[in-house]
Amino acid sequence: MRDETKVLLTIERDRQTRTMHALLIIALLCLITAFFAILNLGLGTVHYSPLEIIRSFFRGGNVDTYVIVMDYRFPRIALALLVGAALATSGVIAQSVLRNPLASPSTLGISGGSGLAALITSMFFSSMGPFIISLSAFAGGGLVALAIYLFAYEKGVAPIRLAIVGVAIGAFCSAGIQLLVAKSGDNVSIALMWLSGSLWGRTWEQVWQITPIILVILPIAWLLAIRLNIMRLGDSVATALGLRVEVTRFLLLTCSVLLASAAVSAVGLIGFVGLVAPHMAKKIMGSRHQFILPTAALLGALLVLVSDYLGRALIPPIEIPAGLITAAIGAPYFLYLMWRESRKGSSI
Amino acid sequence: MQNLSEPFPTEQNNRQQLRKALGVFLISLLVLLVTFFLSVKIGAFHISISTLFKTLFQYSGSKEQVLVATARIPRAVVTVIIGANLGIAGALMQAITRNPLASPSIFGVNAGASVAIVFAIVVLSINNSLLLVFIAFLGGLLAVSIVYGMSASFKGGNIEVKMAFTGIVIQAFLSSITQGLLLFNEDKTESVLFWLAGSVTGMAWKHVWILLPFSLLAMLISVSLGRFISLISLGDEVAQGLGLRVALLRRFVIVLVVILSGVAVSVAGPIGFVGLIVPHMVRYLVGRDYRWVIPISAVFGSALLTLADVCSRFISFPYETPVGVVTALIGTPYFIYLARTKKGDLYEG
Repeated sequence: MRDETKVLLTIERDRQTRTMHALLIIALLCLITAFFAILNLGLGTVHYSPLEIIRSFFRGGNVDTYVIVMDYRFPRIALALLVGAALATSGVIAQSVLRNPLASPSTLGISGGSGLAALITSMFFSSMGPFIISLSAFAGGGLVALAIYLFAYEKGVAPIRLAIVGVAIGAFCSAGIQLLVAKSGDNVSIALMWLSGSLWGRTWEQVWQITPIILVILPIAWLLAIRLNIMRLGDSVATALGLRVEVTRFLLLTCSVLLASAAVSAVGLIGFVGLVAPHMAKKIMGSRHQFILPTAALLGALLVLVSDYLGRALIPPIEIPAGLITAAIGAPYFLYLMWRESRKGSSI
Repeated sequence: MQNLSEPFPTEQNNRQQLRKALGVFLISLLVLLVTFFLSVKIGAFHISISTLFKTLFQYSGSKEQVLVATARIPRAVVTVIIGANLGIAGALMQAITRNPLASPSIFGVNAGASVAIVFAIVVLSINNSLLLVFIAFLGGLLAVSIVYGMSASFKGGNIEVKMAFTGIVIQAFLSSITQGLLLFNEDKTESVLFWLAGSVTGMAWKHVWILLPFSLLAMLISVSLGRFISLISLGDEVAQGLGLRVALLRRFVIVLVVILSGVAVSVAGPIGFVGLIVPHMVRYLVGRDYRWVIPISAVFGSALLTLADVCSRFISFPYETPVGVVTALIGTPYFIYLARTKKGDLYEG
């Protein structure tokens, strides 16, 4: 009897230390993110030191600095943070619900659907301005995701069927995108810019468009984290544990789709964040989604932020779209992570 | 996972299956002939049947005959070869990885070839089409070696999963480079974009001569390996238990896949879906005996791609649409149908 108590106590203490570790890592990530955000705010035609930027937050110092930092640079940074967090969270949900490590928001049809919709709008209604393009990207992503869900529905949605249908419809959409790009001629460069995901020229308008959605959905996703833990165990186990699997799955997928399409509608297709940030978070945090979700969100935000910084800092005044850099730095880092993990002897 | 509970074929079963496979093979050959004929006949300029026969048997050098001999026929031949290559490569991939979603592009062949071509055209300003074919092939090969080398250097886990992971990551990396190159060199992009969508426009006899030796060799080897591929598709343990050197064979098959899809992509650009859906269709019709699946996949792939090529001339007549777009348009509905009905073997993976 006493042994049992001792074991339970050890488990409890072990759990507490792990929780402490997790919280520490999250705090550390917050700090790093804040550091890069301030660094990023200083970069531009006019350079500012971190001190000047912090002072301008409190309306101290030069008025010009305040205007430039708050009106021009801040929305861009805010977008990078929001978009990164949204894509990464969306990816965690997609991977856990589909129980497939290769899943990402694009498996749910987001990049294909929003890309196609945005491209069509920008080609045929080019006078309508950026708001309409964002709106159609959001709607397109949602519609295609819904279509995938319905095509895969047959007495419930088996994850493997959803993944297969998602891949097929995604390929279909990207064929459409290629067709339009090959045919469009003059407008190609605008479309290409959008398709490669850039934070260039974003204003507070885009930030206000997506902030409500993302700030509402992120907490909801976190509240659903425990269900994600259960969903990962498989449909039959989850059912046996009393979870209404089909409803939960629909709810989670809806969160994932809304987050990703909001992100894509604001900045275009930034790939890879939704695939790689969840993996990094899982490698750091283990299997508890309460911790994986915030870690992934922070890592995603950091990845987009750093990519945007590098894209602007590498060969100024030319800007490389952040979407290209995310893959260019994310891919090697991810491979390194895999390699290091394999050294430790655990399988992938 | 394979369905091992299925009883082993008896003698009578075997003969029945043989007859069925032979029937499917002959019918698909017939379909291929018809589509080939349509491909030569239909286009911006219509060719009458008599002109066609005259070109073949009494060549006089009239305008139409020149068109048939130097544009239509080589294009159709190229399409047939590429379709066959992609069909076989897809069948091989799905067999050795035992994954119904596997296709040659997982190894990064397409991404590597794309980045090489875009770099050569945009940065080095190379226009020689023969040289470009060679460069694309090298690019594909390089990407595959990177993917294979990296996934082999990761310890633990099984090689297929690791390759899928590494492949997807390397692909993302390479395609972001491709996009970056395109973005900063707007003026040269139009022809590149058409190539990137996968197209058999403007093929001539020289392309046939590039394709033919590699493809023919790889096809013959693939077909002759059929029985071993069947064994490997049953699972590593089974194959090993039956005395097969699995690791060696798998490496050899990967080389074959790279050759088959590499020459195809280098000539016509990345054409998706053929390698993915053709093996599914064929296994649905003739079962999992790869002695039959491989040759029939070749014929099916040819027929599908030729048909898609014919369709591609109608979508925005008289302009041409990249054939890769058409294969995706044809392939998607079929794939969804497969995923919804459980008749296909999508679920074995």
